Amino acid sequence: MKTGFRNYSLALCAGLVAVAGLTATANAQRDPAYASARAEGKVGEQVDGYLGIVGAATPALQRLVDDINIKRRAVYTRKAQANNATLEEYALSAGCQAIMRTVPGEKYQAPDRSWKTRSAAPPERDPRCP
Amino acid sequence: MKPQKLTRLSGAATGGRPTHKARTAGAMTMRTGLWMAAALGLGGCININAPDEAIVIELNIDIRQEVIYRLAEDAADTIEENADIF
Repeated sequence: MKTGFRNYSLALCAGLVAVAGLTATANAQRDPAYASARAEGKVGEQVDGYLGIVGAATPALQRLVDDINIKRRAVYTRKAQANNATLEEYALSAGCQAIMRTVPGEKYQAPDRSWKTRSAAPPERDPRCP
Repeated sequence: MKPQKLTRLSGAATGGRPTHKARTAGAMTMRTGLWMAAALGLGGCININAPDEAIVIELNIDIRQEVIYRLAEDAADTIEENADIF
């Protein structure tokens, strides 16, 4: 009886770990199309916290960017509310972080709204960014 | 704008030896002339220069730095939690 309970507990734990693992996997990876568009510099991080198209827009690229920005906006809205901030404030704050996290070769928007390629040097950011 | 116009008006107001009635009319003309001079004088003095560059209204100006700082840590966590869309 006691062994049975322990087995049950172990199974439950294993199940939880598996579920957590699945969730983490679902959230951890960028969509391959998004990952390659980023790496090729077709899309970049905007100052306002959203993704932007750097060069010529294609319908596929536009769909990809719109899809991600809708999801980002939903996350920003939820988080802004939780932090007593406005959507714009939270989005700009996330933009500061997202630009900081770009890796060399990726595109980001400078405070003057021009597109820059991230180098090893720190990116040019809004003076309000921490 | 033109100074000669002012001179002509004041000349009309002070010229000759008018009768009592005419003097009143002359005084009124003079007063009108003074008003016009004032108006014209002002018109000549105020210079409004249009700026050479376009006026840019920065819509983000009301987002304060302290707010960005307060949200920075949470925003960083959000990006990590939602790595698929960042």
